[in-house]
Amino acid sequence: MFLTFDGLSRGAVYAAFALALVLIWRATRIVNFAQGAMAVATAYAGFEVSAATGSYWLGFAVAIAAGLILGAVTERVVMRFVDHSSPLNGVVVALGLVLVIQGGLGMIFGSEFRPAEAPFSRDAFTVGGVALLSRFDLFVFAAVGIVVALLALLFTRTHTGLRMRAAAFAPDVSRLLGVNVSGMLTLGWALAAAVGSLAGMLVLPTELGLHPNAMDIVFVSSFTAAVVGGLDSAIGSVLGGLIVGLLLSYVSGYLGATVAPIAVLILLVVVLLGRPGGLFSRSAARTV
Amino acid sequence: MSGKMKIATIVAGVAVVVVLTLVFPPFRTYQLATVGAYLCVTAGLTVLTGLNGQLSLGHGALMATGAYTLALSVNAGWPLTVAFAAALVVTTVIGGVIGLAAARLRGPYLAGLTLAVAVVVPAVASTFDGTFNSDQGLSVALEPPPETVTVEQWQAWLAWGAALVVLVLLQLLVGGRFGRELKAVRDDETAARLAGVSVARTQVLAFVVSAACAGLGGALFAVLAQSVSPGAFPLSLSLFLVMAIVIGGLGSLAGAAWGAVLLVALPALAHTATEGIDAQRLEGNLPLALFGVTLIVVMLAAPGGIANLRPFRKRSKA
Repeated sequence: MFLTFDGLSRGAVYAAFALALVLIWRATRIVNFAQGAMAVATAYAGFEVSAATGSYWLGFAVAIAAGLILGAVTERVVMRFVDHSSPLNGVVVALGLVLVIQGGLGMIFGSEFRPAEAPFSRDAFTVGGVALLSRFDLFVFAAVGIVVALLALLFTRTHTGLRMRAAAFAPDVSRLLGVNVSGMLTLGWALAAAVGSLAGMLVLPTELGLHPNAMDIVFVSSFTAAVVGGLDSAIGSVLGGLIVGLLLSYVSGYLGATVAPIAVLILLVVVLLGRPGGLFSRSAARTV
Repeated sequence: MSGKMKIATIVAGVAVVVVLTLVFPPFRTYQLATVGAYLCVTAGLTVLTGLNGQLSLGHGALMATGAYTLALSVNAGWPLTVAFAAALVVTTVIGGVIGLAAARLRGPYLAGLTLAVAVVVPAVASTFDGTFNSDQGLSVALEPPPETVTVEQWQAWLAWGAALVVLVLLQLLVGGRFGRELKAVRDDETAARLAGVSVARTQVLAFVVSAACAGLGGALFAVLAQSVSPGAFPLSLSLFLVMAIVIGGLGSLAGAAWGAVLLVALPALAHTATEGIDAQRLEGNLPLALFGVTLIVVMLAAPGGIANLRPFRKRSKA
C-alpha cells in the first residue's frame, strides 16, 4: 500500500518530466536529451537562493523562472541553428549541452552531493498502523496536478495555445496566417524547461540529493515514461509516468533499489519492440 | 586514396607510434596506449554512427562488458589471449542482442534505448555483486611482461597491436561491398531495399561489428588500468565517445583517430592549464565543459569534423 502511494508520487514527477519532453518533441521533433541537466542547473539556482534567503518558496519560484529563461535561451541560442536534415543532429547538440551544463555546475558548485531540503515532512501519515503517504507526496500530487491542468487549459482553451499547436503542426501555413512561429517555439521550450525544473525541484529532495548528474537516471525513467505513453501524446506521457513510477516503486520495494534501472531498461525494450508508438497510439506509419 | 594506400597509411601510422613508445617517457607511453585503446572503440563507433547512421549512447556499457569479461577470465586463470577472445565473443553476442532491437528503432528512440543501456551498468554491477563486486569492481591480476620492456611499452604495444588489427579489418570491411551497403542504408532505406540490400541485416551487422570493437577497447582498458569498476564507465564516457567521432569527423577512420587523440589530449591539456591555480573543482569538469562547447560549435558550424569528410545522413522525412 505504501509502495503504491510512493510509486504514484514518483510517477507524478516522472509524468511532469515526460510531459516536458513531449512538449518539445511535439513542437520541434527533438527529444531534449539535455532536459535532465537543465533541470539540475535550475534546481541548483533554486536551492542556492533558498539557502541564501531561508525561504524555500522563493527558491522554488527562482528555479521555475530560471527554467523559463534557460529554456528560451537554449532555443534562441543553440537549438534554432540545428540542421534538421537528420534526427541525429538535435540529439548530438543536446548531448553537448549536457556536457557543458554538467561541467559548468561541477566547476561552480563542486561535484559532491549536497542535501536538498524538502519543504514538507517526508514522514508518512499512518492509518490504522499502515504507512500511507507523506505531506510531501501530497505537495507533489498537487503541484503536478496543477501544472498538467494549466497546460491542458493553455493548449485547449487559449489563443496562445492554439497558435502553439498550429505552429508545431504546420509551421509554414501558420506563418502565412500571421502566427509568430519562432516565438511559439521559444515559448514552447521555455514552458517545457520550466516544467522540467518543477519536476527537478520535486524529485531531488526525495532520494537523489543535489549533484550535477543527479537527473541522469530520472531522465532515463522519464524518457521511458514518454515512450510508454507515446512521444506524441501528452495524456499518454502522464499515464506513462505513473506506470513507470509504480513499476519502479514495486521493483525497489520487493527486489531492491539496485534492480530498478534494469527494470526500466526492460520496460523500455519491451515497449519499443512491441508498440514503438507507445501503448496508447492508434497507428504509426514508417516507410520500410 | 585507394584502399591499399589507406591500409599502408594505417600500418605506417601504427609503426610511428611503436617507435614513439621506445623514446617517450613512461607516462607519455601510457597515454599513447590509452589513445590506442580509445581508437579501437571510436573506429567501431564511427562505422556505426557515421557510415550507418545509428547513434549509440551505450558504447561505454559495451566497453564495460568487454572489460569485465576480460577481468573475470584473467582472474579465472585463463591466458590473456583467451581472455581477449572471451571479451570479444561476449560483447559480440550482447551487441547482437542490442543490434536486433536497434534495427527496429530510429533516431531519438534508438538514442534513448542505448542511453538506458549506458545508465544500467552500475545497477548490474551492484545487483550481481557476487560476480562483479559492486562499486569496488575487480582487479585484474596480470602476469608481468618480459624483462626487456617496461610495463607501459608492453601495454602500448598491446593496445596499438589491437588498434592495427581493428583499423585494417574495418578498412577492408567498409572499403568493399559492405561499406557501400552501410551508406546506402544510411542515406535512404527505401532505395537501399529496392536495390536489394537487406536493411535490417546491414544494421544488425553494423552494430555487431562496432560492439566487438568496443568490447576489445574495453578489455584493453581493463589491462591498462589493471582493474575494472563501474565508475570507469560512466554515462559521460559514452557521451565522450560520440563527441570524439563527431568532432573528429563522422564516418572516416581518420576522424576516429583524431577523436581518440582528443579524448586523451583535451583532459590532459585542461589539467596542465589549471595546474598552477587552486582549482580542485575544475579538475575533470573543465574538460567536460570544453568537450560540450566544442561539440556544439562543431555541430552548428562544421558538421564535417576535423577529418571533414561527410555530414550526417540525410533521410527523407518519413
